[in-house]
Amino acid sequence: MKSEAIVSNTTQIEARSVGKTFGKFHALRDVSLQISEGEFLSLLGPSGSGKTTFLTLLGGYEPVTRGRLMLEGQDMTSWSANQRGFGMVFQGYALFPHLTVAENIAFPLKVQKRSKAQVTDRVAQMVEMVGLSGHEHKKPKALSGGQQQRVALARALAYEPKVLLLDEPFSALDKNLRGQMQEELRRLHRDLGTTFVFVTHDQEEALALSSRIAIFNHGELQQIGTPDEVYERPANRFTAEFLGDINILSLDAEAGGIAGTPLELPASATAYEHVAIRPEHMRLAAAGDGNQLPARVRDRVYLGSKSRLLLETRAGEELMLYFDNGPGLPPPDRGAELNVVWDTRDSFAI
Amino acid sequence: MRPVLFLICPVLLFLGASYLLPFLGIVQLSFTDPDPGLAQYGRVLTEDLPTGVIWRTLRLCVIVTAVSVSCAYVITLLWVRGSPLVRSITELCIMIPFWISVLSRAFGWLSMLSNRGLLNTWLQDLGLIDSAIQMTRNEFAVVVGMSHYLIPFAVFPLATAMRNVDERVLTAADGMGASRLRIFWQVFLPMTASGIMGATLLVFVFSIGFYVTPALLGGGQSVLVAELIYLWLFQIPQWGMAAAMSVVLMLGVGGILFILMRRYGEMAK
Ligand SMILES: Nc1ncnc2c1ncn2[C@@H]1O[C@H](COP(=O)(O)OP(=O)(O)O)[C@@H](O)[C@H]1O
Ligand SMILES: [Mg+2]
Repeated sequence: MKSEAIVSNTTQIEARSVGKTFGKFHALRDVSLQISEGEFLSLLGPSGSGKTTFLTLLGGYEPVTRGRLMLEGQDMTSWSANQRGFGMVFQGYALFPHLTVAENIAFPLKVQKRSKAQVTDRVAQMVEMVGLSGHEHKKPKALSGGQQQRVALARALAYEPKVLLLDEPFSALDKNLRGQMQEELRRLHRDLGTTFVFVTHDQEEALALSSRIAIFNHGELQQIGTPDEVYERPANRFTAEFLGDINILSLDAEAGGIAGTPLELPASATAYEHVAIRPEHMRLAAAGDGNQLPARVRDRVYLGSKSRLLLETRAGEELMLYFDNGPGLPPPDRGAELNVVWDTRDSFAI
Repeated sequence: MRPVLFLICPVLLFLGASYLLPFLGIVQLSFTDPDPGLAQYGRVLTEDLPTGVIWRTLRLCVIVTAVSVSCAYVITLLWVRGSPLVRSITELCIMIPFWISVLSRAFGWLSMLSNRGLLNTWLQDLGLIDSAIQMTRNEFAVVVGMSHYLIPFAVFPLATAMRNVDERVLTAADGMGASRLRIFWQVFLPMTASGIMGATLLVFVFSIGFYVTPALLGGGQSVLVAELIYLWLFQIPQWGMAAAMSVVLMLGVGGILFILMRRYGEMAK
């Protein structure tokens, strides 16, 4: 379900060791990344990880403290937001409350001194594009959250920017509307071919929408890659735990596995202290080919089509996995002793 | 009876006894003294002296309101959006007047503006003027004195409105390339319109009832409604006329308030 827009290999934006401090506080440290033309890049991370800060640096709304920002090979570090000419959808939308929908969208066009006819045409086109026909003369307060969101999108896209920056555009919407807006955003991205840089703290949203995801924590870039790369091959423990569920076991170097149980480990494991396996890669079995680990069922949560099992290894570590409530065996009861099995290829060392 | 109503009963009684009853007395007086009927109202609304005073009051109060709210807007802008130093200086300038009585301030302006006051002396010493400019005992002095008194009151509704302006909206406008001038006139000013409305309302209503400042700084040359009522009460007693004028003033202020409040309500929507 990735956005199907064509992502060229041309680097459009490049951040070189970008840092930002507020007083003594390091909001961003040494962030380097490249954004390709037409890409849908998500900036993902917990609240306070520096996503908004990075976006405002990209847009030119705040000066960088350290590092350089390049746009198509030119140094844009000292350019103002207007000189960069990116579109921006602010968190909370930042619509002009005293202007109507049409006037909001027209504002940037009027600033650019376009002719009246051009402005009228373009506004009508944008209203149509975001599906707000019939609401042109309403003020933002008279609109629902989703409609305000569309106005913000239309306003940011009105002057056909090469890059659109979006700061948690859907965080204020309820779940159904969110899904619908995500769908529309993907359609827009596909139709326009504009580069989207999208801030979110919702991992599902990031996985579903992006061509690549940049993961932030404590102002540092943890990993950047396609959704499957970051999910299946997390670069570190933070990324592994932040995206989806994961089981993490401590390694015992001398035993060649986990304390008490020798295991077959991924090749890279020697230098690391933990091995991680996604719950969907683990099965319950009497005996199997891959790695086996005896464990006891501590708790079972019925979730309808499946059950979530909480297990404890002999070393006292917790494991979590899903059991399909399909035909066949019923899920094991609390206290049952069994083997957890996984394929070495599905595990990774961190 | 609901407990809440029961609890506010004493307040209602107190307000009734201290405001409503005397006011009803005034209404009665206006229809009966000296002759029963509408004669007093007829005189208030047709005779040259009272109508002249009413128009002058209205004109002056409109000017004072415009001057006060404009000055207050600039001051509030400095207070809310200035650098920390500018902020603390402005804050001091806003608070100090509150500690000085209206009487002292009127006398202060007298000593500033009178023919041998500070301003005229300086201007003469600098050789900018030959003889003193008449700056007291006229409407100019009244406007200066009243505005000076009323500006701080206009600051608070304006400050509330300015603090409520979402910074990101201004950032957004800036990012679209709007000049500072455009951002001010087309974004910031309209976004603070409710504050301007509130300040206008407050200052206008206050200004109508002014007595001390116009009496002192106007020097009897520009008599306003409140002064005329005082005159009719204590110097050339015509209580019926004073009462009729009070009722007219009351209704006038009420009417203007009503209209402005409705506009204000629409704006807040
Ligand atoms: N203008 C600012 N002044 C001081 N600290 C700030 C400012 N903007 C952001 N920060 C701090 O920088 C950190 C990162 O903020 P932000 O980029 O908004 O995080 P995110 O968008 O990922 O939630 C936070 O700890 C925040 O408090
Ligand atoms: Mg944020």
